Amino acid sequence: MAKKRNVEKSADTLKTPSLTVAQTVEDEDERELFKVDDAVISASEDEGGSDDERKHRKLLDAISSLGGKKRRKLAERSEASAQISEFSVSAEGAGEKITLGDLLGTIEKTAVITKTKKQLKNLQNRSDTLELPLSRKQTEKIQREVAYGKSSEEISSWQGVVLRNQKAEQLVFPLNQEPSGPKRVEQVVAGWKAQTPLEQEIFNLLRMNKQPVHDPVLTPTEEASLKAMSLEEAKIRRAELQKARALQSYYEAKAKRDKKIKSKKYHRVLNKAKRKEFLKEFEEMRKTDPASALEELEKMELARMQERMSLKHQNSGKWAKSRAIMAKYDNEARKAMQQQLEVNKELTKKLVIPSESRDEEGSEEGPEEAAVALPDFVNDVQPADATNPWMMGKLTAEAPEPAEGSDIEPPAEGVQQPENQEDGTDEEEVIEEEEVLLREFEERRKLRQSEKGDRDLVPVMPVEREEIVNEKDATGVVEISEDEEEEEEEEVSEFNSLFQKLAEKEQEAAMDAETTNSAKVEDHEEPALLEEGLTRLRTLEDMDLLSQEVSVEMDEPAALSTETPGSEETTIPQPSKKKKRKKNMIDCNEVLTKEAKVIKIPLAPTVIEEEEENEEVQKMIIKEAFAGDDVISDFLKEKRKLEEAGKPKVVDLTLPGWGEWGGLGLKPSRNKRRRFRVKADPPPPRQDKNLPSVIISEKRNSSITVHQVGQLPFPFASPEQFESCIRTPIGNTWNTQRTVQKLTAPKVVTQMGAIIEPITKEDFIKGKTLATTGKQPDISLSAGKGPNRGSKGPQKKGHPKRSQQKKTKNKPK
Amino acid sequence: MKVKVLCRNPDDYVRETTKDIQRVPRNYDPSLHPFEVPREFTRALNATKLERVFAKPFLASLDGHRDGVNCMAKHPTSLATLLSGSCDGEVKMWNLTNRECTRTLQAHEGFVRGMCARFCGTSFFTVGDDKTIKQWKMEAPSYGEEEEPLNTILGKAVYTGIDHHWKEGIFATCGQQVDIWDEQKSSPIRTFSWGVDSFSSVRFNPVETHLLASCASDRSIVLYDMREATPLKKVIMKLRSNTLCWNPMEAFHFTCANEDYNLYTFDMRRLDAPKIVHMDHVSAVLDLDYCPTGTEFVSASFDKTVRIFPKDQGRSREVYHTKRMQHVICVKWSSDSKYILTGSDEMNIRLWKAKASEKLGVLSQREKAALDYSEKLKEKFQHHPQVRRIARHRHLPKAVYSLSKELHVMKEARRRKERNVRKHSKPGSVPVVTEKEKHVVTVVK
Repeated sequence: MAKKRNVEKSADTLKTPSLTVAQTVEDEDERELFKVDDAVISASEDEGGSDDERKHRKLLDAISSLGGKKRRKLAERSEASAQISEFSVSAEGAGEKITLGDLLGTIEKTAVITKTKKQLKNLQNRSDTLELPLSRKQTEKIQREVAYGKSSEEISSWQGVVLRNQKAEQLVFPLNQEPSGPKRVEQVVAGWKAQTPLEQEIFNLLRMNKQPVHDPVLTPTEEASLKAMSLEEAKIRRAELQKARALQSYYEAKAKRDKKIKSKKYHRVLNKAKRKEFLKEFEEMRKTDPASALEELEKMELARMQERMSLKHQNSGKWAKSRAIMAKYDNEARKAMQQQLEVNKELTKKLVIPSESRDEEGSEEGPEEAAVALPDFVNDVQPADATNPWMMGKLTAEAPEPAEGSDIEPPAEGVQQPENQEDGTDEEEVIEEEEVLLREFEERRKLRQSEKGDRDLVPVMPVEREEIVNEKDATGVVEISEDEEEEEEEEVSEFNSLFQKLAEKEQEAAMDAETTNSAKVEDHEEPALLEEGLTRLRTLEDMDLLSQEVSVEMDEPAALSTETPGSEETTIPQPSKKKKRKKNMIDCNEVLTKEAKVIKIPLAPTVIEEEEENEEVQKMIIKEAFAGDDVISDFLKEKRKLEEAGKPKVVDLTLPGWGEWGGLGLKPSRNKRRRFRVKADPPPPRQDKNLPSVIISEKRNSSITVHQVGQLPFPFASPEQFESCIRTPIGNTWNTQRTVQKLTAPKVVTQMGAIIEPITKEDFIKGKTLATTGKQPDISLSAGKGPNRGSKGPQKKGHPKRSQQKKTKNKPK
Repeated sequence: MKVKVLCRNPDDYVRETTKDIQRVPRNYDPSLHPFEVPREFTRALNATKLERVFAKPFLASLDGHRDGVNCMAKHPTSLATLLSGSCDGEVKMWNLTNRECTRTLQAHEGFVRGMCARFCGTSFFTVGDDKTIKQWKMEAPSYGEEEEPLNTILGKAVYTGIDHHWKEGIFATCGQQVDIWDEQKSSPIRTFSWGVDSFSSVRFNPVETHLLASCASDRSIVLYDMREATPLKKVIMKLRSNTLCWNPMEAFHFTCANEDYNLYTFDMRRLDAPKIVHMDHVSAVLDLDYCPTGTEFVSASFDKTVRIFPKDQGRSREVYHTKRMQHVICVKWSSDSKYILTGSDEMNIRLWKAKASEKLGVLSQREKAALDYSEKLKEKFQHHPQVRRIARHRHLPKAVYSLSKELHVMKEARRRKERNVRKHSKPGSVPVVTEKEKHVVTVVK
C-alpha cells in the first residue's frame, strides 16, 4: 500500500505543475504526459524494491557482525552449470515440470503487462509444436536462389545500356574520355571553398543577389530585363539605329558639300527650286489635306510675326551698317542691302487667303527633298552591314511605310525653320532630320506591332506594296504633269496615295537624271539579253541548232507577246518547237519503204513526224539503202515467236498399245488420248506484254546470276528494302562531303594508344551528379564567374549560334 | 548609277592554307553521274581485293621462354607491357614496342598456372604448381637487389587460376575450391565450394565487380557473388569448359571456351541455354579474351589456330595461324583493341593485328576518309557473291581443313540420322532439339 501511495504522490506532483502551467493542453500532450507517468511509476517501484533489499542486507550484516567469529565471508561465485546441465534445461529439479503458470505467477500482481500475459496464456493453450528447421542442403539452395535472384536483378539494370549500345550508330571508345579543351570555371573550382574574409564577403554578396552559378548565369533582374525586349525587337531596333546613324552621316556629308559651294547663283537657284517645290507641295496639300495646310499657314503667319518683331532684315545690324557706308561706292553692297530689304518685305507681307498664297516658298527644305536625294547616296556608299535590311538602300520602298501622321510631320518641321536662318542652320536641320527619322522608325515599330496583332495582314502587306510600286513604275510617265489624275487618286486607299507620292518623287528624280531611267529600261530588257549571251557555240552542229532555234523564236515571240497568258494557244507553239528540234532524228516510218502492218496494240507508238524539205534528200538515200528491209515486222515476228516458245506445250503421254491393240495404222483411241494429254497452266504474263517495241527476255541468265544476291540478307525485311539500300550511293561522287562523312561513319571508333576501360556505372551517373550540383547554391560560383556574367547574357541572346557552339563544347560528360 | 556585277565570296574557292587541297566545285546532279550502283560495286570489289592483299596480321614473335607459354597477363595501365608465365615456372615481362624481354624471374617450381596484374599496375600475382600464391612488384629490382616476391602465400592445394578484382585489393584463386583473398591477409576471406570438384579458371566480372564465374572440372560453370556466403548458380554442360571471359561492356554476358570445340556465350540471367554457340574450331578451345570494346572476342585452340568471333555471330570472321605456331594455350586482346597476343606451346608469344589489313600508324584525314568509305562499301556489298567470295576466303592448314571437313560430314550424318529417326517414329516422340539446347545438360540451383 505504501508503494501505491508513493506512486500516486509522485504522479500528483508531476501532474499538478503541468496543469498549472497550461490549462489548455491538447489531448495528445496529455497522453504523452500519462506515458511519462507510467515510466515514473515503474521507476519508483524499482527504487522501493531495491531500497528494501538493501535495508535487509544491512540488517543481516549487522546481525552477522554481532556474532563472535568475525570471518569475512568471501563473495561466492555460483556456477550455472551446477544447476543447469549442458544438455537440458534443468538438472536439479528433474522431476518437477515447470509450467508457464509458474513463470507467470510472479508477474500476476503487476497490472501493466496484461497483454503479454494474454499472449502467453494463448500459447499455453496451443498444443502444436514448431516445425523442424530445414536441412542444410535445402537452406543453402534457398539462399542460393535468393542470392541469384538478387544479383540477376541487379545486373539487369545494365539491360538498357546494352541495348542502347547495340542500336547505336556509332560507339566511341574509350567511354569516359575527359573532354579536351578548356573547362568551365565551375568545373575547375568545384571543390574550392571561400576561405579569406574577402572571398567570403564576395560570396555573401553574390548569394544575396541570388546569383545563379550554372547555366543561365543571370540574376532574376537581368532575366527580366532580357525578357522585356525580345531578340527580334532588339535586332530591329539596332538596325534602325544603325540606319539612322548612317543617314545622318550622309546628310552631314551632303550638307558640308553644299555649304562649301560658294556660288551665290547656285544657292539662289537652289532656293528658288525649293520654294517652287514647297509651293507645289503646299498646293497639293491644300487639296488633299486642308487641315494640315491651314496649320502650315499658321506657322507662316507666326514666322511673319517674328520677322516683324525682329530687326533682322531691317539693315540695322553691324554688317548692314558697314554695307551702308560702302553703298555709296559699291554697287554690290547696294544690291545686298536691297536684297535684305526685299527679304524683309517678303517675310512681313501679309498672307492672303490660302487659295492664293504663293509668297511663302523658300522655307521648304524638308525631308521630302531628302528622300529624293537620299537613294543616290545610299547606293553610292556600299552599306557596311549586309545583314541589316535597313542598310540595303531601297529607301524609296520604305518611305511610304509610316502612317499618315508621320507623313505630315516633315513639311511641318520644315516650315518651323525660319527661312532667314539660311546657311548657318544646316547642321541643326540635319539633327532635326535625324529626329524625324527616329520618330518615323518609332512609328514604324508601332505599326509593326499592330500588324503582328493583325497576324493575317503581315504576310500579305509587303507583296501588296511591291505590286503597287510596280504599277506606279509602269504608269508613272503619264502621271507626272497631270493634276487631274492626282485628284482622281484621292479616292484610292491610303496606301495608294502614299505610293503615288513616292512614285512622283521617283519621277522627279528621273527628270533630274535621266540616266537612272535608262538603267531601268536596261533592267527590263535584261532577260532577253541574258538568253542571248548564255548560248555558247562550240561545234558546227551547235551553230545549226542555234540557227534553227533563232528561226523558231522569231516566230514565237510575236505569238507569245500578243496573246494573253493562260490561253491554250501559248502552249501550242512549244510542241511545234520540240518537233522541229527533233527533226534531225530519223524516223523509221519515213525511211522504210515497206509499210508495216498496222497492229492494234494497247500502247501505239506516238511519234508522228512532219516532213521537212531539208531532210528529203537524206531520207531518200536511207530509203534506197534499206530498200526491201522490213525491220519492224521482223521484230514483231520475232517477238511472237518468243511468246509462242514461252507458252507451255501440251504433253501427250499416251502410249500406243497399252490397254488396246497397237500397230501400224492403229491410233490410240480418242478417249485415251484425252486422258493422257497433260495441259499445263498458262504462264504468267510476259513483262513486255504491254510494251510493243521491246522484247524482255525472261530466261534466267547464268552470267548475271553470278553477280546477283541469292537470298535476302538478314536485317532486311523485303527485297525492295535491300534494293533501295543498294541503290543509294554513299560515295562523294554523288553526295556532299558532309553527307559522305555521315554515311561512312565507322561503327566503332577507337583512339590510338588509348586504354579502353570496361564500362562503369560512373559513366552514366556522372551526368546526373552534374545536374544535381546545378541545383544547389554552392559556393563554387567563384570569383572567376563574376566578370563573365555581364557579357554572357546578351551574348547568348544576340548570337545564338555562338552560344550554341559554346554549349556543345562545354557539354558536361 | 549603280553597276551590278557578279561577285563571289573568295571563301568559296580559295583554300585556307597552301597545304589544303584545291577546292573543286562539284555538281551533284545525279544525271551527270550515272551508273551509281555498278560503279560503287566495282569500288567495293576493289576494296575487298585490296583488303585481302593487305591482310598481313602477323606482326612479331617474342621468343625467350624455355618452355611452353602457359599464361599471360596484360598490364592495366601500360599498353606496351605484357607478362607471361611458362611451364617451367618462369615469368617474363615484355616490352611490346621494342619486342624484347625486359625482365625474367623464376616465380615457381613447375608450371606457372595463372597470373594477373593488380588493377593499379603496381604489382602482379602468380600462382603455380608449387601451391603458392606470389605477389611481385611490377618494377624490376634495382641493381644488386634480389628478385623476391612481395608476398608469398602457401596454400594446401595447387592453385590453377587467379584473377584480380577490378577496383579493390581483392583477388580470387581457384583450385580445389574458389577462394577470395584480401591482399592484406594470408588466409582467404571467403571460400566457395559446391560439391567436390577442381576448378580450372576463375574470372571477376569487370563491370559488376563483385560477381565471379568459374569453370569446374565437373563440366560446370559456377557463378558467385563475392558478398554472398554461397555460390549463385551452376550450369552443367556436355563437356568441360576450359576458361571463360566476361564481356567488358555488357555486364551479364560471358563466353566460355569448351572442350567440344565450341564457345558458348551465356546470359547470366538465363543459363538454361547459351545465347549463341560459336563454332569453327576443330579442336578444344583453350582460352579466349574479349576485345575491350566488347564487340568481338578472340579464341585460342588446340588446333593451332586463333579465331576472332563477333560477339553475336556463330561463325568466326578471321582465323590466324602460322606454320610454326603449335597449340595455342593463351590469348589476350590488347587494351587498345588493336592487337592480339597469343602464347603457344612452342615457347613463343606472337603479336597479331586485330584487323588483318589495318594500316598501322597515324592516318591522314583523307586516308581515314577513304578507308571509312571502302569499309562502308564492303559492308554494303558484302552479300554479293563476288565480293563475298573474296572477302571470306581464307587459307587453312591442311590438317585443320581436313578436320573441319570431317567434322562437317559427321555433323551431317548425325543430323541425317536424327531426321530419319524422327521420320520413322511416332510424331512428337523425338522432339527437335536446337543446337543451343544440345550442349547444356542441366542448371543446378
